[in-house]
Amino acid sequence: MARFELNGKEVTVDVPDDTPLLWVLRDELKMTGTKFGCGVAQCGACTVMLDGMTRRSCVTPIGTIDGSSVTTIEGIDGPEAQAVQAAWENLDVPQCGWCQSGQVMSATALLLEIPKPSDEDIDNAMAGNICRCATYVRIRKAIHDAADTLEG
Amino acid sequence: MTKMNRRGFLASSAGLVIGLSLPIAARAQSGAAAALSGGATGDASFAPNAFVRVAPDDTVTVMIKHIEFGQGPYTGLSTLVAEEMDADWSQMRAEAAPANNALYKNLAFGLQGTGGSTAMANSYMQMRKAGAAARAMLVAAAAADWGVDASEITVSKGVVRHGDKTASFGALANAAAQLTPPEDPPVKTADQFVLIGTDLPKLDTAAKTNGTATFTMDLYRDGMQTVTVAHPPNFGGTVASFDAAEALKLPGVSAVQQIPQGIAVYAASTYAAIKGRNALRIDWDDSNAETRSSDEIYAAFSEIAAEGGKDAELIGNGATGIDGAAQIIEAEFRFPYLAHAPMEPLDGVIELREDGVEVWMGSQFPALDLPAVAGVLGLDASAVTVNVMLAGGSFGRRAQDTAHFAAELAEVAKAGGPGTYKLVWTREDDLAGGYYRPLTVHRMRAGLAEDGTLLGWEDVIANQSIMAGGPMAQMMQDGMDPTAYEGATKMPYDLRHARIGWAQVDSPVSVLWWRSVGHSHTGYATEVFLDMVLEAQGKDPVQGRLELMKPEAGRDRAALEKVAQMAGWDGTKVRDGKGYGVALHESFETYVAQIAEVEDRGGMPHVTRVWCAVDCGVAVNPNVIRAQMEGGIGFGIGSVLFDEITLAPGGTVMQSNFDTYRMLRIHEMPDVMVEIIASDADPTGVGEPGLPPIGPAIANAWRALSGTNVTTLPFAKAGV
Repeated sequence: MARFELNGKEVTVDVPDDTPLLWVLRDELKMTGTKFGCGVAQCGACTVMLDGMTRRSCVTPIGTIDGSSVTTIEGIDGPEAQAVQAAWENLDVPQCGWCQSGQVMSATALLLEIPKPSDEDIDNAMAGNICRCATYVRIRKAIHDAADTLEG
Repeated sequence: MTKMNRRGFLASSAGLVIGLSLPIAARAQSGAAAALSGGATGDASFAPNAFVRVAPDDTVTVMIKHIEFGQGPYTGLSTLVAEEMDADWSQMRAEAAPANNALYKNLAFGLQGTGGSTAMANSYMQMRKAGAAARAMLVAAAAADWGVDASEITVSKGVVRHGDKTASFGALANAAAQLTPPEDPPVKTADQFVLIGTDLPKLDTAAKTNGTATFTMDLYRDGMQTVTVAHPPNFGGTVASFDAAEALKLPGVSAVQQIPQGIAVYAASTYAAIKGRNALRIDWDDSNAETRSSDEIYAAFSEIAAEGGKDAELIGNGATGIDGAAQIIEAEFRFPYLAHAPMEPLDGVIELREDGVEVWMGSQFPALDLPAVAGVLGLDASAVTVNVMLAGGSFGRRAQDTAHFAAELAEVAKAGGPGTYKLVWTREDDLAGGYYRPLTVHRMRAGLAEDGTLLGWEDVIANQSIMAGGPMAQMMQDGMDPTAYEGATKMPYDLRHARIGWAQVDSPVSVLWWRSVGHSHTGYATEVFLDMVLEAQGKDPVQGRLELMKPEAGRDRAALEKVAQMAGWDGTKVRDGKGYGVALHESFETYVAQIAEVEDRGGMPHVTRVWCAVDCGVAVNPNVIRAQMEGGIGFGIGSVLFDEITLAPGGTVMQSNFDTYRMLRIHEMPDVMVEIIASDADPTGVGEPGLPPIGPAIANAWRALSGTNVTTLPFAKAGV
């Protein structure tokens, strides 16, 4: 039995402790915005926020997050998330779309940490998120645009 | 690819002009993409043909016959309809058409399916006619209502107008639905386009940014079990025996069944299905399996290529002038097996019910997947419904001529009995599961006279055929599979004397179309080798190519001239520690030239900038075209620098996940500058053609910078 906060609401799930958070979110809670891409923390499609930090949910056993706060793509809010999503839409970043929840989570976390990231900051924060469609040119520009928006 | 003439289009779209009114059923079946339509089509009251739905709330939903996995057909095909309807872009929605070969066939293939960068090309007239018919009927309804002549009515941004009378599409929908669709509605001339040629926002962007887009893996149905399948580790292997006792002890695992593809584990959750599979003990029979290593396969293919193969193209005296030439240039190019690795691994949902079977999957060839399911289950095709879902990438992986995944899904249901099953391939299944870009060897030779004149060009290609052995084998002529060597033949250059040979080689390793198919290796081999020849002739890579260009290759020439201008090409191949290389390659009737700028980072090329000129005919949505060039370039860079699927001695695949099959990441993506050449030619595809030139452009830049000529891919393997 694991109890944690998901997008601001308390949830309890009864699954084996080694079950990855990813599959709890998807199979148990039907929160499908968080995606499966590799299962070994190599692609970032499953990125969520755990107590305010990005976390690969595919390698996070549910037994280890008791009492933590989890935010998924369905629950992100605030100026940074809104600026990121607006920039994503404005530049038509997604192609197939499968990785984009994870990209948006990582980009939002970056702006929360560094309001005006350099290209190098973006490389460091986003290199763990694979986009097979290679939308990277637009991801980079969208993050800069979102930072500009936040700066006002 | 055959060119579609106007007449052919009208004949093949007869379904449209007799006014089909299918849709209620079709709509109910059309799966998750309904999320993008806001559900509005449930109320559609006007469906003039198989493609257009107008609802009372003024939304216009276009049924998209091509699967959306990132290349933009939802937006592109909707643009064509909106243009001819004079709709407002904000009222447009897109929804996946279900499997229905009679209504939704690809006019280039004759069956429902997506591939070969044909979505826009084959739909261009069909979708415009569909929109024009809808517009004509809405106008006729307004004319009758207002008692005016239809010719005096105008339509703009979704508003039908006569004098001070106006009506929206939704308000006219019921009346329009009573009318007979026109047989051959006129379409606009290019100068009348309002939407075509503009950067309209994509219809699927919002749902893919906020996590609400629904893909196959996101479906959860009552009582559904999740299934994984243990596949043979060697290609051609089979199950000798298995022991499921440990797997069945695990919580959540409900059953284990042998199916023709391997051992299927049925469970209450994905994780239980994965753990259950890990707990299986299976002995495999490899007596008919591929047990050679990649090195051994290369050696065998190389030997076979040396025998010359069959003529794929013979120009002038062929290769006969090479042997006695003053200078002979030779190279053997080696291209590994490559996995497509779409971010959403293969998956599908199947529901076996008393009243029939319903399937949800990212079906790229619904016309083949549907009968495959019916065949496995021993049902008539009419008992099977296939909902085409949004898919997390494909790059060819879902274009299964053998319908192998649909068949596996049906076997899972057949063995499991009535119920609902979600079959999930993990990344390990995806990378080790075959259906690769064929491993390919090009043996190339050219002969030059004392004065540098090209006396002969030879390119002998050895690889497996994708078409042979599948249902498309019947399309092969004289035993030739053009997808094995396309791009090595019909080059835009006047080589005067050339021979292109193809040697078909067999292996149990399954192969499939991989983004740009044959062009993924022929573009590299021909454009690197040509650069070597031009170098030997002392010619500039751009000027030399232009001098060699056939007079009729005007579009190739224009693309090359454009990219040279964009990059400010002045013949300098190395400047300030950076190398520059050029390549030109037409594929799928789209002409692309690129110049790459690379620097040396730790002995590997790092691509800093790429200039790209593309001619794809009428640019329906320039922003989508730029996105596809960017994407094709990034996909291509990763593949030439890092990627290979290798078979270890014994035949087992060495790569299992993204830690060993390396994807391009953001810090490795160059700046990309794209210019689209203005054209009034019918539009051609953009999903694949951005890829072929990038590899050779990098290789040519790297050779200039480092002196190393990379002929065995990937660069990382070549010890660069």
